[in-house]
Amino acid sequence: MILLDRVTKTYNRKSTALDRISVHVEAKEFVIVVGQSGAGKTTLLRLLTREEKPTSGKIVIGGVDYDKLKDKDIPLLRRKIGVVFQDFKLLPNKNVFENVAFALEIVGMSNREIKHTVPRVLDIVNLKGKEKNMPYELSGGERQRVAIARAIVRQPKILIADEPTGNLDPKHAWDVIRVLEKINRYGTTVLLTTHNQEIVNRLKRRVITISHGKIASDRASANYKV
Amino acid sequence: MVKFSQKFNTFKRVVRTGATNFVRNAWLAMAAMAVMVVTLTIILFSLVASATFNNTIAQITSKINISVYLKDSVTEEQRTVLMDGLRKLPNVKEVGFVSKDQALAEYKAANANNPGLLQALNETSNPLPASVKVLPNDPSRIQDIKNFLDKPNNVALLDPQAGTSYSGDRKAAIDKITHATNVLQRIGFAAVLIFAVISMLIIFNTIQMAIFNRRDELTIMRLLGATTWYIRGPFVVESIIYGVISAVLSILIIDAVFITASSALQASSLGLLDIGYANTYFHHKFWILLTMQLTIGIVIGAVSSIIATRRYLKFKTSK
Repeated sequence: MILLDRVTKTYNRKSTALDRISVHVEAKEFVIVVGQSGAGKTTLLRLLTREEKPTSGKIVIGGVDYDKLKDKDIPLLRRKIGVVFQDFKLLPNKNVFENVAFALEIVGMSNREIKHTVPRVLDIVNLKGKEKNMPYELSGGERQRVAIARAIVRQPKILIADEPTGNLDPKHAWDVIRVLEKINRYGTTVLLTTHNQEIVNRLKRRVITISHGKIASDRASANYKV
Repeated sequence: MVKFSQKFNTFKRVVRTGATNFVRNAWLAMAAMAVMVVTLTIILFSLVASATFNNTIAQITSKINISVYLKDSVTEEQRTVLMDGLRKLPNVKEVGFVSKDQALAEYKAANANNPGLLQALNETSNPLPASVKVLPNDPSRIQDIKNFLDKPNNVALLDPQAGTSYSGDRKAAIDKITHATNVLQRIGFAAVLIFAVISMLIIFNTIQMAIFNRRDELTIMRLLGATTWYIRGPFVVESIIYGVISAVLSILIIDAVFITASSALQASSLGLLDIGYANTYFHHKFWILLTMQLTIGIVIGAVSSIIATRRYLKFKTSK
């Protein structure tokens, strides 16, 4: 599902963000990427969402070879990948329903289909009844679940979550993680980056540790160690 | 393949978002629209003014003719030869004949309210000469007609007292108006260019600010996979709305000027210009002018917003 082959990203001659990273993630896997700030986790995710291009190396996601991807096809690629951010990136002047519907409006779905689809997804992330709430009326965990609903409403094959629990207290963090696990059970490949040792240890999933732009370890079920 | 219904949904959303943004940015849009109204009003004014000037020239030109007064002794045969000769000249449009009796009748009609003069005319034999009227194609180039009449065998036929009238005073007026028209057209053209550029720059600025205000939303749209046109479209729609509103306002302004200030304009033009014609022209061509103004407004709005979004929204992936 995700294939990185000797991917290198340098911003200038002195700093190398990623150094010949090779990773293979199967469909329906749940993979945790850990590493200290500046290790290259975010760069890795930005390469996957094509916000940046690698300096060298090969990236293939869901059968799409990034070398052959044209700029005008990037929107189509992004529609196939759900992304969740640490800072939620919700639209502050839209309510919960509208924020999730936004992802469907972009792809030209009719209002009738949107009205049908959004409540079902809000149900998956346990936000039924909050449709009319504005983002500022929600807790951090609820906001992040809105963001997840928005990321999965188009049924992507891959969900990328960049430190989704970074701004949340432990209780809300677990609400978010459980939703991610649920989505994974439905068949979506999940790529999660986190700092949170407890989450890593309790999830017992494949853990890829990145350190100084290189893969320090890649274990099937690991504990957190940096 | 993207389905048609999806494209149509997207199109509707782009238009609706553009309209919503227009309402939200109304205050920001004021400056852009104000300068666009000025631009379009100048364009419209130049057009109507230049049509009016051209009409005035045409009117005066059509009245210009050359009256060749003939001696009473000229025979019908001599007259026919003269008129045929004139007809052969390239710059002659029409040649007509006014007999002595016709001339007297016209003179009497023109002086009907002067019984003393009429009385005097009745007491003498007809003092008015017969004449040949020549209507030139181009009144500013009548030299060849003059040369023809100045040939000795033609001069012999002409009434030495009456002399040939070339409507010289009118020619001076025509030259003045033609000159004024040319100057006005040049000034109008320059003003239109300058204001078009200014309105484009202000629209750039307006859109740049709108993009800045909504940068978070635009980033999110991009990350969620919105296409370039889904993001740019609303800005273009918004600018087109500026253009449409400005076009309508410019038409209303010119209309209001004609309704309220026609008589003042007529007075200030010293009778040289036919403001009534300007008014008729404006109302006669109303739909054409409105369409033209809308087109120009839409083009200015669309072009400047397309350039602005290209400039300020970054669509390329950084390397």
